[in-house]
Amino acid sequence: MAQHKVNYTKDGGLPVALTSIDKIVNWGRSNSIWALTYGLACCGIEMMASGASRYDFDRFGTIFRASPRQADVMIVAGTLTKKHAEFIKRLYDQMTEPRWVISMGSCANTGGMFNTYSTVQGCDRIIPVDLYLPGCAPRPETLQYGVMLLQKKIRANHASKAQKAKRLM
Amino acid sequence: MAQVKNRLTPFFENITFDREDNEMILNFGPQHPSAHGQLRLMLHLQQEEITKAHPDVGYLHRGMEKMAENMIYNEFMPTTDRMDYIASSSNNYGFALAVEKLIGLDVPRRAQVIRMMLLEINRLMSHLFWLATTALDIGAMTVFLFAFREREYLMDIIEGYCGARLTHAAIRIGGVPLDIQDNFITQLRTFLDKLPQNIKDYEDLLDTNRIWLMRMEEVGTISTEMALSWGCTGPMLRASGVKWDIRKEEPYELYDEVEFEVPYSDKGDNFARYRVYMQEMRESAKILYQTIDMYQECVKNNQTELMAHSPKYISASKLDIMTQNYSLMQHFVLVTQGMRPPVGEVYVATESPKGELGYYINSQGGPYPYRLKLRAPSFWHTGILTDLLPGHYIPDVVSIIGTTNIVFGEVDR
Repeated sequence: MAQHKVNYTKDGGLPVALTSIDKIVNWGRSNSIWALTYGLACCGIEMMASGASRYDFDRFGTIFRASPRQADVMIVAGTLTKKHAEFIKRLYDQMTEPRWVISMGSCANTGGMFNTYSTVQGCDRIIPVDLYLPGCAPRPETLQYGVMLLQKKIRANHASKAQKAKRLM
Repeated sequence: MAQVKNRLTPFFENITFDREDNEMILNFGPQHPSAHGQLRLMLHLQQEEITKAHPDVGYLHRGMEKMAENMIYNEFMPTTDRMDYIASSSNNYGFALAVEKLIGLDVPRRAQVIRMMLLEINRLMSHLFWLATTALDIGAMTVFLFAFREREYLMDIIEGYCGARLTHAAIRIGGVPLDIQDNFITQLRTFLDKLPQNIKDYEDLLDTNRIWLMRMEEVGTISTEMALSWGCTGPMLRASGVKWDIRKEEPYELYDEVEFEVPYSDKGDNFARYRVYMQEMRESAKILYQTIDMYQECVKNNQTELMAHSPKYISASKLDIMTQNYSLMQHFVLVTQGMRPPVGEVYVATESPKGELGYYINSQGGPYPYRLKLRAPSFWHTGILTDLLPGHYIPDVVSIIGTTNIVFGEVDR
């Protein structure tokens, strides 16, 4: 919100808040990041744990959605195999813009320990990734920090401009 | 609509979705929120009723068996974590036991007790997770939050022991790397004292819940013959009237010294499996109480050994490595080249939380296994869906997948 010297809240004050479109849109976007449930392997369990009672993800406004049409961010949690690669692309294309991707865990980042014939060596070969979370599996705190970084990234964008096309690796 | 059939493309590419015969084909997965991972089901439907189900696996195939052939035995241990990632230590343990059988090692008693503690904590974690996800799929969000709360306590205990929440690698070939931490037993006791009340809470929420009963009772009934012929093990088999538990039938570690019951049911439906899981949690708690006593006995008798003594296969203790030249050389060779078990093959089955987890190792005397085959229970429980789902309705699919408790890291390996 815009900062002013006048204290509008004093004595009941004026029921007016001054802001710019960019800021209010980004405020809304960054505080309601709805994630697509994309638990592929072990990291999916930690993703569930961050949504559950102890690491309560709802505080961040992050609610898991089962449909790509309702989701803003895709958290790729787990090993992406070549057999599955076609579907991650399809689901990413189905998400509405603006959209972001968090690659969670070593497998999604680089293939991790599974340097084999069936594993995609990093999901950034298929879809553009905004944020990489290290760990195998990353702790729920890592994912929370990741979401906070993503919020920062969203706030730095111009909401009125269309999202720039992202580059694949 | 005629469609050109291409024999080179997989089965699913050849399916015609526009059909004249009133049959609908529904693609379920591979990314479905209640498919417990990457299960893909092709369901043929007449109205809402399933006439044919075809599970497709392999969406999480990471080639673990092939990886094992290019790794020394100790190197493969962390990879086993990623199989059944809900209960990692039970996978570690199965592999360690198989290699120990192959080279004929005797594990010190204190290590055995710690292993049993880890195994039972993992069983509790796995069953709590099963309850949470199944209840969530059926719509009981509260049970999900409750069960995850309890699971986090266990995770803290495990984290204090090995430093990891999910992928523990807490067991080594020949023993365990560390003694349990100071507050392990206090924490575990606090948890176990609360557990009966927690389980009662879940049961109060579910047992008389009309929605839960309608989704569970008389749904997904597996007869004894069907369970046996499809290779079901673990709670799936026990809920179908066979009182079979490897911990009782072929006791490993110290399971012949502890007292526990094997819960089973004759009904074979979803609800019977739910009852078996709940009862098994109570039995696990019983075993854990006994292992605490066994551990304290070890402390009293001053049994401090944690790793088997076998210089050819197992590194000496850190103190020896730092002070004795020969131990250091041995350690160097074991780390760089790996242990070389004798020529032979071994199959060892253990009772993982989901059923019979078997490791087959064929050794040609080299530092790498010539062949390593993993027999994961979930794989067989996925196969039974072909036979189990026809005749049920679409909503039953979710509850049946839930109670079969399949984990895809284990199915596809």
